This record gives sequence, C-alpha cells and structure tokens, in this order.
Amino acid sequence: MAEFLAFLGPDAAEEVQYLISNVPFAIWETLYSTVLATLFAYIIGLPLGVLLVVGEEGGVLPLPKALMTVLNVVVNLLRSVPFLILMVVVFPLSRVLLGTSIGTKATIVPLFIAAFPFVARLVEASIREMDRGIIEAAQSMGCSPFQIITKVILPECVPSLLTGFATAFVTILSYGAMSGAIGGGGLGAMALNRGYTRHQNIVLWGAVILLVILVQIFQTIGTRLAVGLDRRLSDKGGKKRGRKAAMKKIKQDRRIPDGM
Amino acid sequence: MIELKHISKIFPTADGEFQALTDVDLTIPTGDIFGIVGMSGAGKSTLVRCINLLERPTTGQVLIDGLLDESGKAVDLCTLSPAQLRKARRGISMIFQQFNLLMQRTCLDNICFPMEIAGVNKAKARERARELLDTVGLPDKADAYPSQLSGGQKQRIAIARALASNPKILLCDEATSALDPTTTRSILRLIQDINRRLGITVVVITHEMAVVEEICTHVAILEHGHMVETGSVAEVFSNPKTEAGRRLVYPEGVQIDQLPPAGVVRIAFNGGSSYEPLIASLAIDCGVKVNILGADTRNVNGQAFGTMLLGLPEDQNEAAKAMNYLKAQKDVTVEEVRDYHG
Ligand SMILES: Nc1ncnc2c1ncn2[C@@H]1O[C@H](COP(=O)(O)OP(=O)(O)OP(=O)(O)O)[C@@H](O)[C@H]1O
Ligand SMILES: [Mg+2]
Repeated sequence: MAEFLAFLGPDAAEEVQYLISNVPFAIWETLYSTVLATLFAYIIGLPLGVLLVVGEEGGVLPLPKALMTVLNVVVNLLRSVPFLILMVVVFPLSRVLLGTSIGTKATIVPLFIAAFPFVARLVEASIREMDRGIIEAAQSMGCSPFQIITKVILPECVPSLLTGFATAFVTILSYGAMSGAIGGGGLGAMALNRGYTRHQNIVLWGAVILLVILVQIFQTIGTRLAVGLDRRLSDKGGKKRGRKAAMKKIKQDRRIPDGM
Repeated sequence: MIELKHISKIFPTADGEFQALTDVDLTIPTGDIFGIVGMSGAGKSTLVRCINLLERPTTGQVLIDGLLDESGKAVDLCTLSPAQLRKARRGISMIFQQFNLLMQRTCLDNICFPMEIAGVNKAKARERARELLDTVGLPDKADAYPSQLSGGQKQRIAIARALASNPKILLCDEATSALDPTTTRSILRLIQDINRRLGITVVVITHEMAVVEEICTHVAILEHGHMVETGSVAEVFSNPKTEAGRRLVYPEGVQIDQLPPAGVVRIAFNGGSSYEPLIASLAIDCGVKVNILGADTRNVNGQAFGTMLLGLPEDQNEAAKAMNYLKAQKDVTVEEVRDYHG
C-alpha cells in the first residue's frame, strides 16, 4: 500500500485534478490534428497510390517510366526519414505555411508529410489486391481510364481502402503523440511533458490509457465499417471471418518497419 | 463479319520472345456461332482477345464492319484512336470464365454498368436491365449481389451485362469451363437462343469439343499458335484432316491408324441418358453387338457427356441397323469415321 502511494507520488490529488480539467482539451487537440493530417494525407496519398498502380507499364493509364520512377523514389525517401527527424526538418516549411512552427497546428505539417507516402502505399496495396479480370472486363466494354479508376477500381476496393484508412488514422494518431517533443499539444504531449518530465505517474498513465482507448475505438469502427460494407461477404458467418481477416491484415501492416 | 488477317502475336518474356500466334487468318461470318478450339496454351485466349484488342496483335489486321457506323465498311481496329476504339468496343461484348462481375454492385447495377459508361439515361438503363434479367431468366435477382449467386447464375448476369450495350458480337472465353455439365448446357442454350433471336455473332473459345458440337456452326482448330484447320462443325468432326483435329475429336488414347478400316463410328453424348444402357439396349433392341474402341465419357447425375468410338459389325445389314438405332437416340450425335489407312 505504501509502495503504491509512493508510485502515485505526493501530489496524487493535484494530478488527478489536472487530468480531469485538461483531458477534454487534450483529446480535442489529438483528434483535430489527427483528422486534419489524415485528411490532407489522403488528398495527396489516394491519387498518388492510384497512380502508382495504373501508371505502370501495362496498367490502365500507363505513364512515362521516368515519372513513375520519380514517384516511387519520392515515396520511398519520405518513408525512410524517421518521424522525429522529419518533424525538425520541416520546421521552416510549417512556418511558411502556417506562420508558426510550434503548437498543435504546426504538427499537422510533418504528420501530413510523413503520412501521405504511407497512405499512398496502403492505397497501392489495396488496389493491387483487386482482381485484374474485372478491370479487363471494363476495358472490353469501352471504359476510359478515368472511368475505370472512378467507377471500377475505387468502388470495388472500398472495403480494403477503409481497412487501410483505419490503419492510417490510428498510425497518424500515435505518431501525433510524439509531437509533444516539438511543442504540440494533445494526449501525447501531456504524457511526455507533464507525466514523464515531471514524474507525474498518474498523468502519464492516464494519458497513455486514453490514447490506447482512442486507438481501439477507431480501429474497431474502421474494421466494422469495412467488413459491413463488403458485398462479397453477404452472410453473418462471412462477416465474422472477414473481420478476422481484416484484423490479421492490420497486424501485418503494423509490422511494416517504422509504420509510416 | 470479322476478318482476322495475318495475325501474329509476340510476347516479350524474361527469357526472350514468345510467339503465341503465328500468321492466323480467320473469317467469321455475321450471325455465326464460331468455335475456336485447341489444347491449353494453344493461343485461343490470345486470339479472341485480339478481336477486341485487349491484346494488340504484333502484326496483322482485325477487320470488323458496322461498329463505328452502319455503312457496312469494315475498319481495322488496330488503326483506331483510343476514343474510337472505346466506341468500337461497345459493339463487341465479352464474357469470361471467371465472370468478372463487379462484386460491390447489385446484379441490376452490374447490368446497368455498360449503359452508364455509354451515357444512357439512368431510368432507361434500369428498365432495360430488368428486361435483360428476364431474358436470362433471373428476374428475381435484381437486388442480389454477385456473391449471393451460383456460378451459373453469375454467368447469366454476365451475359445480361454483355447484352446491355446491344453488341454485334459476343466473345465467350471459356465461358462454361467453371460450370458443371448441366449448368454448362443451360448456358449454351441461352447463348444459342441469343444468337438466334438477336442475330449476334458469337465466338466461343473452349477446350471442350462437346461445347463446339453442341452449339457451333463453324470451328477453327488452333495448335501452338497456328490455325491448322477450319470449316463447318460437321465437316471437321466427321473428317478431321489434321493430327491436331483428330486428337481433339477422338477420345483420348485411341490410335487412329490401328482402327479397323471400315465400320467405325464416333458418338458424342450431349447429356442424355448414360452410355452403358445405350450399348446394352443396342444389343437387346437390334440384336447387334458393337465393339467399344475407345471412350472418353463422364457420367454426371446420370447424364452422359463425352465421346466414344464404336466398331460396327462387318455385316452390312447389321451395321446399318445399328447406325439407324444410334441416330434415332436423343442427345447423341453419330458420325462415321473416315478410313485413315491412306
Ligand atoms: N502476357 C503474356 N506474356 C507472355 N506469354 C503469354 C502472355 N499471355 C499468354 N502467353 C502465352 O501464350 C500462350 C497462349 O496463351 P493463351 O492464354 O492464349 O492459351 P489458351 O489457348 O487460351 O490456353 P487455355 O486453354 O489454358 O486458356 C501460352 O503459352 C502463354 O504462356
Ligand atoms: Mg485461355
């Protein structure tokens, strides 16, 4: 008992008070930076991911080889920079874009830059899974490349894209937690700056538990949505299996080194 | 009319070039059901994909009339611009072994798809799609998703979708190969029916001679990328001129040159009663005993499919009696085999 009290620290009551009054705003900051970063990441990453597949030789919309090489190199390069370094490197860019390089808003820029190549690869992987025969059938009907992308590829990949979206959102959320290191806000910053630096264990663990809960909530919503909307699984048993398969795939995605 | 002229196709592969088609010439008359047969890897799919340019021939011409305008003048698809080619493709539908339906759309929306592409007004498209569902005999599946259908039903929806653009030509690449014999038959009936009622030219790719025998009027035999034999089905089946033709037409394992010089008939079963009772009843009803020289038949749910070679008795009268008896059978085709002893 004494040990436990020691773990809680002498200012347990004060810390709890701090948590209660600051958690709502921290959650808001975490969500708002995650949502915006994910949104921007998809605005660039979705078309980019589509291009990476359709632009290939023999694809639906073959693009010059040189362009494809450039796209792939850019994606690979951005993905190989560790996020912590990336945050520091894009300070100047954040200042130009947002007029500030610190604070929650500013963390959206490095999050976006780290996330869009990751999103592009997720989208690419989803589209590559698609049955080529369906695209061929569409070509044989006289679909233009644009029609194939918008009416065939994207709608047919919706379940897989949604699974990828959940992965992306959750990954961006956890990367956002690092932004405390550069003066961002949110649950991560709370855990780092207050909990860890000042040895306030209650704040530290409170923030971490909330982060875990948020991740679980969004992951579950995403997977359920993806499986629920998948018309290939029309019965209950199929949906259950689909959910299992989706979770398995998500675990594999997480095993990609570095996530983003 | 579809005219393929000097079609060659070379695929670049990791270890050099692969010639899948060599100088194929083929004329497919309008309104025909034309079969293209050959062993696996012979180049059938490649050839049929050259007709709608899913595969662009390395050399040669694909001449088809009435696709871009009604002038009756044939155009070479290889010379069209991408936009013209897309327009031309609306007149050539294709169905596949794996159906290739849009899995996230209902059956009705699948059938609407080609009309959506062509810019047909939505209400009109849905009305026509419902008619087509009736045509293929699945009026109650409008709101079902493809995953809820059996293989045969999926192919029916694919056929309805193929008809939605009012095509002049229907290409079928192994359209029945994923289906059981009974379903195969019903799909073949449907294709035949469509050909007769709508006058659509049908090209059927298959490795099963039974399919050709069942619905085709003409047939071409491909071997190693060469077109080795072509003609009417009756011609080719009763008198295959090439080794490749004989291999396809006669049951596996039969040594052609070891057959008796005369009195050999080939019987093809198209899903009638089993073949054993036929041979037995031949003996009982006509008192004629025949020799089974070779057989390649399957019994599915009591229905027979495949081919059999029979040696008739030497006695002319008995042979004629047996022939007449066999010819009178339902779901059986009978042909005399030519003497190959030269
Ligand atoms: N894209 C390609 N690249 C390289 N080789 C190919 C390609 N497509 C087909 N081939 C080769 O061309 C040959 C003919 O193939 P095709 O698919 O036309 O055969 P098929 O007669 O349809 O056979 P099956 O009955 O098995 O479908 C095969 O040897 C195949 O390996
Ligand atoms: Mg094939």
